[in-house]
Amino acid sequence: MGVMMKIVRAGLLATVSGVSLLVMAAPGAHAAGMPQLDFHNPLVTGQVIWGGVIFLGFYLVLSQIMLPRVGRVLEDRSKRISGDLDVARSAKQDADKAVAELQQARKDAMAEAQANLQKTLDAEQQAADKKLADINARLSAEIADAEKRIAAEKAQAFGTLKEIAADTTQALVSRLTGVTPDAQLVAQKVDGAIAHQNI
Amino acid sequence: MAGGSSIDVLGQFELHPVLGGLGEALRFSQSPLYMIMAACLVLAFLYFGMRPAAVVPGRFQAAAEVCYEFIHSMAVDTIGPEGTAFFPFIFTLFFFILAGNYIGLLPFSFTFTSHIAVTLALAVMVFLLTVIVSLKVQGFRFFAHFMPAGASMFLAPLLIPIEILSFLSRPVSLSIRLFANMVAGHVMFEIFASFVIMLAGFGVVGDVFAIGPIAINVALVALELLVGVLQAYVFAILTCIYLREAVAH
Repeated sequence: MGVMMKIVRAGLLATVSGVSLLVMAAPGAHAAGMPQLDFHNPLVTGQVIWGGVIFLGFYLVLSQIMLPRVGRVLEDRSKRISGDLDVARSAKQDADKAVAELQQARKDAMAEAQANLQKTLDAEQQAADKKLADINARLSAEIADAEKRIAAEKAQAFGTLKEIAADTTQALVSRLTGVTPDAQLVAQKVDGAIAHQNI
Repeated sequence: MAGGSSIDVLGQFELHPVLGGLGEALRFSQSPLYMIMAACLVLAFLYFGMRPAAVVPGRFQAAAEVCYEFIHSMAVDTIGPEGTAFFPFIFTLFFFILAGNYIGLLPFSFTFTSHIAVTLALAVMVFLLTVIVSLKVQGFRFFAHFMPAGASMFLAPLLIPIEILSFLSRPVSLSIRLFANMVAGHVMFEIFASFVIMLAGFGVVGDVFAIGPIAINVALVALELLVGVLQAYVFAILTCIYLREAVAH
C-alpha cells in the first residue's frame, strides 16, 4: 500500500519534472524569449554567484548577530518569568504552611475546650448523683421510720380493739342471756376468734 | 505574448545590468540588487524590532519575536532536537524567499524568485546540504534508504531506480514550484493590467469595462500575498522534512 503510493507519487513527480525540463530545454521556449531561460546571458548565471554571496552574507549576519540577539531577549524573558514563578511558588508554600499552622492551633483549642467542657459536665453529673443518693437515703430512712411508727400504732390499735371486742361481747351476752359471762373466758374467746379470723 | 506585440508579459523578467558597464562586467543585474534589498529589509526589521529588547515587547518587537519563534518551532518540531543547529539556515531561507516574493509585489520592482536560476540554486544548496548531513550522520546506511524496508526483493530492480529518481527530483520540484508560482502570478498581473490599457482605447465604454481587470488585479494582489508566504513556507518546511530524514538515525 505504502509502496504502491510511493511508486505512483514518484512516477507523477518524475513525469512532471521531466515535462518541465523538456519544456525548459525546448528550443521553441528559448526562442519565445523567456528571459529566465536565456542561459547564454551572463546576467542570468551571474544571479547564482551573486545570490550565493548575498545568501551567505545574509546567513552569517543572521546566525552570528541577529538571531542570537533575539534568542537572548526571549531567554531572558523566560528566565525572568520562571524566576518570578519560583518566588510566587515559595510565597504560596509559606502561606500554605501558615494556614496549616492556624488550622492546627484551632483544632487544638477546640479539643481543649471540649475536654474542659467534658470535665465540668462530669463534675456536675457526679455532684448531682451524690445529692440524689443523699436524698434517696434520707427519704428511705424517713419511710422506714414512718413504717415503724405505723406498725406500733397498728399494734396499739389492735390491743384496744381486743378490749372493745371483749366488752362488746360481754355486753351482748349479758343482754341476750341476762348472765354476765366471765371476763376471762370472753377475752379468751375473742383472742381465739381473732386468731381464727387471722386479723 | 500570443496577443501580439501589445502584451509583453515576459519583459518584466528581463535582467538589466546595474551601473552600466560596471554591472555588465561584474554580471550584476537588478536581481542581486533586490536580493541585497530583501536581506537588508529583513535585517533592519529584526534590528529595529529588537532594539528595545524589552521584557514586555511592543508591537514591532513582538512581530520580530513571532518571526523568530515561528521558524524556531517549525525547525525544532519538524527536524527534532537537532533542528536548533539548522534553525539559522531555515530562518535565512524562509525570509530570503519571503522578502523576495513580497518585494516583487511592489510596482516597478523585480522578483528574483521568478528566476529559475535563483530557485534552482537555492534548491540545489538544500539538496547538497541534506546529502552531506545524511552522509555525515548515517554514513553508508544512507544508501539503504533507496530500498524501502519490508519490500520484496523481487521489486528491488523496480523500487531502487524509482527511489533514486524520486530523491534526485527533489531539487527540481522544489525549485520549479517556487519559480512557476512566481512567474504565473506576475504574468497574470501583466495580462490583466494590459487589458486595462487595451480597453482604454475603446473610449468611455472601455473605461467602464476596465474596472473588471482592475478589480481582478486587486484580488490577485491578495492572492499573491498568500502565495508569497505559502511558497516560502513550503520551501522551508520541505527543507525541514529533508533535514529530518538526514539526521534520523
